[in-house]
Amino acid sequence: MPNVNIQRENQTHAGKERSLIMSIKIALAGNPNSGKTTLFNALTGSNQFVGNWPGVTVEKKEGKIKGHSSKDDEVILVDLPGIYSLSPYTLEEVVSRNFLLDEKPNAIINIIDGSNLERNLYLTTQLVELGIPVIAAVNMMDIVRKNGDKLDTQKLSKELGCEVTEISALKSEGVNELIEKAISVAKSGKRMVAQHSFDGSVEHALAHIEEAVLHDMPESEQRFLAIKLFERDDKVIERLNLDSKIISHIETDIKNCEDELDDDSESIITSERYTYIASIIGSCYTKKSRGKLTVTDKIDKVVTNRWLALPIFAIVMIIVYYVSVSTVGTWATDWANDGVFGDGWHLFGIGSSEYDDAASEYAQKEIFLPEVKTALEGASKAGITGADELLTAVEDKDFSAFEEAYGSYGEELAVKENGKFDITPMLPLNEDGEFENTPDPAEYGVWVPGIPVLVENGLVAVNCADWLQGLILDGIVGGVGAVLGFVPQMLVLFIFLAFLESCGYMARIAFIMDRIFRKFGLSGKSFIPMLIGSGCGVPGVMASRTIENERDRRMTIMTTTFIPCGAKLPIIALISAALFNGTWWVAPSAYFLGIASIIVSGIMLKKTKMFAGDPAPFVMELPAYHLPTVGNILRSMWERASSFIKKAGTIILLSSIIIWAGSCFGFVDGIFTFSADMELENSILGIVGNAICRIFSPLGFGNIKAAIATIMGLVAKEEVVGVFGVLDFEGMTRLAGYAFLAFNLLCAPCFAAMGAIRREMNSPKWTAFAIAYQCVFAYAISLIIYQVGSAIMGSPNIIGLIAAILIAVFIVYMLVKPYKTADKLTIKTKAKA
Amino acid sequence: MQTLKNAEIGQTVKVKRLHGEGAVKRRIMDMGITKGVDIHIRKVAPLGDPIEVTVRGYELSLRKADAEMIEIE
Repeated sequence: MPNVNIQRENQTHAGKERSLIMSIKIALAGNPNSGKTTLFNALTGSNQFVGNWPGVTVEKKEGKIKGHSSKDDEVILVDLPGIYSLSPYTLEEVVSRNFLLDEKPNAIINIIDGSNLERNLYLTTQLVELGIPVIAAVNMMDIVRKNGDKLDTQKLSKELGCEVTEISALKSEGVNELIEKAISVAKSGKRMVAQHSFDGSVEHALAHIEEAVLHDMPESEQRFLAIKLFERDDKVIERLNLDSKIISHIETDIKNCEDELDDDSESIITSERYTYIASIIGSCYTKKSRGKLTVTDKIDKVVTNRWLALPIFAIVMIIVYYVSVSTVGTWATDWANDGVFGDGWHLFGIGSSEYDDAASEYAQKEIFLPEVKTALEGASKAGITGADELLTAVEDKDFSAFEEAYGSYGEELAVKENGKFDITPMLPLNEDGEFENTPDPAEYGVWVPGIPVLVENGLVAVNCADWLQGLILDGIVGGVGAVLGFVPQMLVLFIFLAFLESCGYMARIAFIMDRIFRKFGLSGKSFIPMLIGSGCGVPGVMASRTIENERDRRMTIMTTTFIPCGAKLPIIALISAALFNGTWWVAPSAYFLGIASIIVSGIMLKKTKMFAGDPAPFVMELPAYHLPTVGNILRSMWERASSFIKKAGTIILLSSIIIWAGSCFGFVDGIFTFSADMELENSILGIVGNAICRIFSPLGFGNIKAAIATIMGLVAKEEVVGVFGVLDFEGMTRLAGYAFLAFNLLCAPCFAAMGAIRREMNSPKWTAFAIAYQCVFAYAISLIIYQVGSAIMGSPNIIGLIAAILIAVFIVYMLVKPYKTADKLTIKTKAKA
Repeated sequence: MQTLKNAEIGQTVKVKRLHGEGAVKRRIMDMGITKGVDIHIRKVAPLGDPIEVTVRGYELSLRKADAEMIEIE
């Protein structure tokens, strides 16, 4: 990060004269829900850069102030996290403090919610002590006036000793005046002097501390540091590197003051601040007395009502899920995957229904013949896997469903019962096994060919080499498709999340769900990532952004992908069909396994060193409801989606290319070759699979196919099914099959989800930890299932059983081990990258 | 000792003292629950915890375990 004052040396042609041009840096600070994001957007327009504070998952935004972004006159606005205080206990507050102390912005704009003045001014009393010029922007003045309340800004300005200006960020009122005032304050370079003072005995102690410790420090910083030392702020003590003699010296002063006021020093300062605010607010702010309920009160009477809250919550969640996963989300994803990154699509759906009619008519005439139907009915009666799906497709006259089901189960039908129900000879197939003379969708309506089709045509036209064509089509275009395919669904989900967050309902979700989730070290807000994760883990992980507390957020990111997502359903269906004759309990047990894994992991992890370090008090504001603006919602949606594309995209693209290369290059008869149709066993992937398959022996599926399937599952979980046809399970025991299922459900998710995890963790170390944990946990659970299962079945493997029991005992020990909340924030934060 | 945890819904109480220490206590105080302030208990969450209170003119939710640290008159 650049230093505070970027000095640009403008040398004249003679090279003798030098003029220094200063760029100004202003920090934007304020409470959560004070309209800070809206103001930031209003101040900077589209000139924004979104990133993270170094090393932590807290989001950092910077922007150039509108109308001041020319080279000679650059004003940079840094959006600090929403904070209530400058205590050393939350990551957001420590990050903000470090920034203010280390980078010394030229001014601070402190946004204050005018309808919640008392608590908002509490942060102001701390900001004005830093010595940096502060300008207080009282927001939501339109609401204050509408309520009939009155604020005397001049008086408030005199009391606080800083400029106070009225704005309405939502309506862009007073924003230009704010910019002008802030810039002139920043340019003046005048030191801010806090006007408030504490109780006599506190001031006495502070004076002693300043004299004993801080006399060498710049005068402007002394007051803030003295107060922090008085509060025994461990981060500031560490920062000043004081020796123990001095600490014990000032400790006497603090103790005396504490005895006199009968409270601890931190509480004394906090109380004194609120007492001071209460003393000035009476003369500055007149509240119109009103007995009736506010709009928020009325809404909350229903929404967080003891009996109605849960049903309403369920309805909201069903709507979110239904729209963003089941309907619009699926359409958008299908369009992106099968249309844009597939064969192509009908523009605005023109021609779609004509094509469907034609396809249905074709199938009716050529495929859905009476003998096919009879054979399928027989197969269905004989209980052959997949016969029901095929039969349903025939009855529904659905050609594409039939085509898909035939691809999966055609082979099965052909070999079972001595080929009695083999429908293959009855179908119009060409040599490659494809349906002949099918209607071409491109001939109906307005057809837009997919990107791979266009690229392929281009490559064929220039006579591109086979392997290069494969790399470009399957590796790169396929990889880009894998990244962008998620985006439409994410956009839909992010609109919902932005709406729920900014209207105020998200805080109510935490309020309603807290009791359940806090037991596993999660937040009530973890519900949404988990729910969305049952559709797709990638947006699920991205949805964890709404959780403020870093510990809860990391825990949610790590455990969300345990929930079976849509792509894992085919694996469940496959195992259930191939080994359990489609027994009803296999699918529910997979969900149960996922939920149990989240609970067990949450309870275990919160006791580990990595998580136990951060205190997470649940003392949360329930902000007033308000309607968010369309602009802010769209901006929030776009920020999240683009950060996914940028940060997660790279990892997804890279891994797709590696896996593509691994599956197409290999050794055929000892010669290293490339082939687009390489047999998996001969490919590099196959060789790797062969090398690692022994690892899975204790889990019961130590064969090469299972190992390759597991590797391919990293590309996309449904690929497991592609590697493993239904027939391949013959010879595998049910227990081994279930252990295989459990491992593939719980282990590292697909690369796309790993990319999302990396994006949200914002740390290679944490990403690696998360993925390693998932794999180890999956291995442990799978081992317990297989080994204990084998023992129960009567064929125990002594070593395996002992290992399984030891792991089980360890898990139980971690579950019952007592847990103590930490009192201090241990995460190391740095202000500079 | 009478604490915020035992206070009844609909009551308005005055804070006498805060017990406990460290992060949780500081956070509670940062949010405006300090000695002498009036707290109105609004409701309990559907699952019985946390509680919602009005303090210094805004709505705040806190867990019963934390409310136990707040001694009231």
